[in-house]
Amino acid sequence: MNSEKLVVPHALFPSGKGEKKLVVAHAPFWHDGSKISTKNYHIMLAALPAVLMGIVQYGAPALRVIAFATACAMIWELVMNLVMRKPFSTGDGSAAVTGLLLGMLMPATAAWWIIILGTFIAIVVGKQIFGGIGFNPLNPPLLALAMLLISFKGVFDFNEALLNYDLGFAMTYPLADVKHFGTAAIDKFSLGNLFMGKQAGGIGCTFGLGLGAGGLYLMLRGYTRWEISLSFLAGVFVTALLFNISDSTKYAGPMFHLFTGYTLIAAFFLAPEDSSSPVNLIPMLIFGALAGLMTVLIRNIGAYVDGVPFSILLMNLANPLLDNIRPKAIGKVV
Amino acid sequence: MIRRSFLGFGKPRLQYNLSPSPIRELPIPDKVILFLKGTQNGGHPSEIKVGDAVKTGQRLAASPDSDEYVISSVTGTVTDLVPYVDAYGGKYTAITIKAGGQDNWDDKFNKKTTFDTVLKFFEYAPGNPSFKPFTDPERTIRTIIINGMDQDLVLTANQCVVQNESAEIKNGVQVLKNMTNMTSIDRIVITVPENLVQQANTTGAELKVVSATYPHSLPHMIMKDMLGKVVSAGDTVEDTGVVFISAEAVAALGVSFHTGQLPVTKVVTVVGKDGNATNVRVRIGAPIRGVLQACRITLNDRDRLILGGPMRGSPAYSRDLPVQHGTDGIVVQDEDNSAKTTDYPCINCGECVRICPVKIPVNMLVRFLEAGLYEDATAMYDLECCIECGLCSYVCISRIPIFQYIRLGKHELGLIKTAEEA
Repeated sequence: MNSEKLVVPHALFPSGKGEKKLVVAHAPFWHDGSKISTKNYHIMLAALPAVLMGIVQYGAPALRVIAFATACAMIWELVMNLVMRKPFSTGDGSAAVTGLLLGMLMPATAAWWIIILGTFIAIVVGKQIFGGIGFNPLNPPLLALAMLLISFKGVFDFNEALLNYDLGFAMTYPLADVKHFGTAAIDKFSLGNLFMGKQAGGIGCTFGLGLGAGGLYLMLRGYTRWEISLSFLAGVFVTALLFNISDSTKYAGPMFHLFTGYTLIAAFFLAPEDSSSPVNLIPMLIFGALAGLMTVLIRNIGAYVDGVPFSILLMNLANPLLDNIRPKAIGKVV
Repeated sequence: MIRRSFLGFGKPRLQYNLSPSPIRELPIPDKVILFLKGTQNGGHPSEIKVGDAVKTGQRLAASPDSDEYVISSVTGTVTDLVPYVDAYGGKYTAITIKAGGQDNWDDKFNKKTTFDTVLKFFEYAPGNPSFKPFTDPERTIRTIIINGMDQDLVLTANQCVVQNESAEIKNGVQVLKNMTNMTSIDRIVITVPENLVQQANTTGAELKVVSATYPHSLPHMIMKDMLGKVVSAGDTVEDTGVVFISAEAVAALGVSFHTGQLPVTKVVTVVGKDGNATNVRVRIGAPIRGVLQACRITLNDRDRLILGGPMRGSPAYSRDLPVQHGTDGIVVQDEDNSAKTTDYPCINCGECVRICPVKIPVNMLVRFLEAGLYEDATAMYDLECCIECGLCSYVCISRIPIFQYIRLGKHELGLIKTAEEA
């Protein structure tokens, strides 16, 4: 046993009557004021233009999907907090962002049970069973999307889902058109129309201008990592360009791929998700570029119409490996 | 507190305070408390007794042959001797001296410029210098760097000395030169911010201009930027052959070898709740209470009282603690304005990785530290490369006390190493 007398520092400086009780904490005593909830609210704010456009186009059904998905995601999070006896984490906005993004990926006609199931996969399977925020190895909304996509055939077939809508522009899904009928079938889409959201697709995925503005806002404010977003777009662009050069009757041009499907929402909202993407510069660039490359590969020669969910999920798996490419710490002795 | 800038894609740049306010002299306090280091068994030192009369500048040691001592900063009588343990577990004897109000100078200090004299009288000089590495047979010190910059944000105590006492620094540099004449030292460098170049030019030391961005005045960063030398993980700057001495300590050397009186005051930057910094000169050992009173700063419950600066300082739990020879600043923080940590996990946003000045993968490091895997943290994720600037905690969006984990990790590793050696 340690026979040394334990000396209580307070014995020397007793806190007498009237003496103020000070808070003692470790340095640093300054913080830049950033917060997880602030970040998530800003992400939702940045997503708003695209969401509003979807609601304007598809009306109440779109609002129903967005609101129900967001609410469901938060409820699943709350349920898991209760089941796992953890402190409530719905307030940090993370579940709300996941729900909102999943809602944005869905067609306006998505059934209620698809939304409940989708948010269950995203929050419970994608995030909570790994330990909650910060521990998910895969992007939760994309995991849900991928599982729904391979489980239920018709739900994400936008031609079928949006059959009863006529919004004054060609209501066929551009990516499906080019996949099945070649570039001749996409002459009816002008790039300007695609960029302004005049195309069939997910509620929050078609309005390129809104997504781009939101993405730019997030990048400038430092809420997402611009390296991932831009390298993803570059990956899509370069790969699509090469395909287009090789056979321009079969493969669409790079701008078409940028403005259709899930490309823009993936670049600005899905790929840079914190816990499933790398943090060092070179890994971020590789991550984005390879995800972009694989997206176009799947679109052009794969079995699926859009490759975004699978390409990003695959790169999520490679993330721990990629992040080993890092600068040597200064002073490190090898 | 400096908040995140609106545009956040670049790194936040924290600038040092480069406009020192003039020094205000505070009167001699009623009592001073001096911390005498490590009497082995924790008992009272044999040479000092309650009731002893001491003079200003008198060397108080535990026993005649002891290396550890303090310099009395007032003339008066010893009224109390109590054991004291500091926040990092260091053991001290707290000597309380009741001051008489007048200074009666002790004359034991001879002005021989040798390492022995300096070791005997200046180890506890203001500015916390260390002269022991010069006499360590296992080390060859080739360079002395006089740091004319402050070690933390907001503080200006050291810059104040460079600005006002360049003549004294010049004398101090001369003392260092005479003292190190016969040894291996070939360079004496002074590092100052851009606006103090004029003053530093007159000191006779080689001039280097240091960046005004935190943490570029920390020793490891100066080594890298100014000397092009990288300190290996786990080594000290002294292991690389360099000794850092603050400008204040050099000025103190200059004054003492000129006048024959040992330094007994310390320049302290006092920062109030409004963030305004004022410089005061107080006796070493003066209780903080008096300093705060003189600066008209009031404390409330749950405020924070910080010794040192906002990024690297240590917290105080009482106003009765004294200003020590290494206390460069006293910062008072309002409860609403102080950084609070949470137990949220790391969300892997990478802010810390991008801001780390030595490129440590902090996102991975903190996972290992949270799990208590200190040896793995060192082996794989460069724990010992950390230069302790605190920027990772400053930018952490989850508000994880990363800096605290790092210090704890280093401390625990030290214990593991000692246990292995024993």
